[in-house]
Amino acid sequence: MKKFKGRVICKGKYEGECVVSKQGLNTLATFQKSALMNKKKVIGSDQNNKDVYGKNLTGVALILPQTIGSTTGGLVIQTICQMGINPSALLFSEEIDSLAASGVILAKNWENSNIIAIDKLGKEILTEIKTGDIIKVSEDGTVEVVEEK
Amino acid sequence: MKLTKEEQDILAGKEGETKAKILQTLVEFGDLFGADKLVPVTTSGHLVTSFGIGLLKPVYRAMDEIINAGLKTPYPFTVDPRPIDYQNVKCGVLDKLIFSKIMYSKQKHYEEQLSKIGLKNKNAFTCTCYLDEVGNTPKFGDVLSWAESSAVVFANSVLGARCNRNSGMLDIFGALIGKVPNFGLLTDEGRKANWIIKLETTHLPEAQILGSAIGMKVMEDVPYVQGLDKFLGTKLNDDVISYLKDFGAATASNGAVGLYHIENLTPEAKKYGEKIINKDAKVYIIDDAELERVYKSYPVMWKKENAKPTLCFIGCPHLSFSQLNKWTEKIEENLSHSGRRKVCVRTVMTAAPDVVAKFKETENFLKLKKFGVNLSSICPLMYTNNPLAGSKPIITNSNKLRTYSKSRYFKDDDIVKIICGVK
Repeated sequence: MKKFKGRVICKGKYEGECVVSKQGLNTLATFQKSALMNKKKVIGSDQNNKDVYGKNLTGVALILPQTIGSTTGGLVIQTICQMGINPSALLFSEEIDSLAASGVILAKNWENSNIIAIDKLGKEILTEIKTGDIIKVSEDGTVEVVEEK
Repeated sequence: MKLTKEEQDILAGKEGETKAKILQTLVEFGDLFGADKLVPVTTSGHLVTSFGIGLLKPVYRAMDEIINAGLKTPYPFTVDPRPIDYQNVKCGVLDKLIFSKIMYSKQKHYEEQLSKIGLKNKNAFTCTCYLDEVGNTPKFGDVLSWAESSAVVFANSVLGARCNRNSGMLDIFGALIGKVPNFGLLTDEGRKANWIIKLETTHLPEAQILGSAIGMKVMEDVPYVQGLDKFLGTKLNDDVISYLKDFGAATASNGAVGLYHIENLTPEAKKYGEKIINKDAKVYIIDDAELERVYKSYPVMWKKENAKPTLCFIGCPHLSFSQLNKWTEKIEENLSHSGRRKVCVRTVMTAAPDVVAKFKETENFLKLKKFGVNLSSICPLMYTNNPLAGSKPIITNSNKLRTYSKSRYFKDDDIVKIICGVK
């Protein structure tokens, strides 16, 4: 069974579908359209990221290297958490970047969000887990594949 | 991280619940990145959140909490551009309705909130706060609590100030508390380059494409660029500053670059030379073919790829005074080639309110007006962020605007031909 262990930033349990972005996820470009239009679900809207473009990102585990792009990024994560349309878990292969870190800490301290965040899972997670796989996330920072697509 | 007695008291709530929560957020943020302590912010802040989007409820609630707690920034701060300017960027009835009633319904309220916590003045709305005309220009070594990716990368790289790529809200928190966690780009170690970019082009590259190529390659790392001084020289004059402004914005939006060094040109590259490069730095060679590959990789998001553009934005980030003059000359020259008196695509050029005020005193402003070009201090990105704009064929020379909207990117020399009707 494919298993990965990372550093827990915001702990929690999750079992369900995942979406894998092999490239850096541009937070503003990905989430802005759905957030601005007050949608009930986020559909990835970054034209430069084929891995997430057009895919539902609400309630899933989003596996990514880091986030990139505009410094509104953290605020966007805080807002989608406040709106309740956030991914259930953000699983970073690398060390979390400063914008995503701001977002999850703001969401936790100011919105009482229970978004899960784990980083330093290793780059293999980006290739060994595929979009659509069912994964299990544990409170100790373990991520494992339960069912391959 | 190690906290002083005063900081521990704030965390314990001795200066109020709100201040404690703000500091707690900053400390947790710093702890994640191994910050050893908090360090004092030494000059004015710059905030990324300038737009009163109705749905950003977390921002307005936090601002109310801050105001009610009587907190104010020790230095007056600047903020990103406003999202609307009906006077200079005309909107249809439907657009206006969407902007004022749906998208930016909280704009007035939010600006009032900003004023209460320390906004510099009514002209403080620009992404190029560091330009001389605006005056929020940090000195070498200043520690900042800024957000706005293009401003942070400029302050770090061109001015030698020290600032991490903070997110919206964290910028306000650091400016209010007057302290930021010491890690990353605030430290000598974090400012060392882990990429060497070898520029082998035959001519000065388009700033926005070079920045895009580097940003996509190095992501959040620090690049050390060799070979650009061959074209730009070794002095930071107005033209070079304008080039680096646009270059940096593209590195930050197409990747996540917070600091770059240009050999023989930017202050730390001049001061330390190759000593600022890490031993295990990777190498990326950029030639004409590589830049063309990057340029051709940009997708066209219009419904009809060959649609006639209906709007052109030049100035994301905001144009400098020298750029406004150069664009006026460029347009004049191209209009003379096409035999037209006015541009044939509605064109908006954007610059900081203080830069616009200075430009309005020049003859070139009258020329630009005569050519039919509108001058505004709007944020093109915020303007294009609405469902109606998304369906319009908008063109731009900004790689940042291309990234965050459906606007189509063209090189400077191509876009001026399009707007002037040069075949």
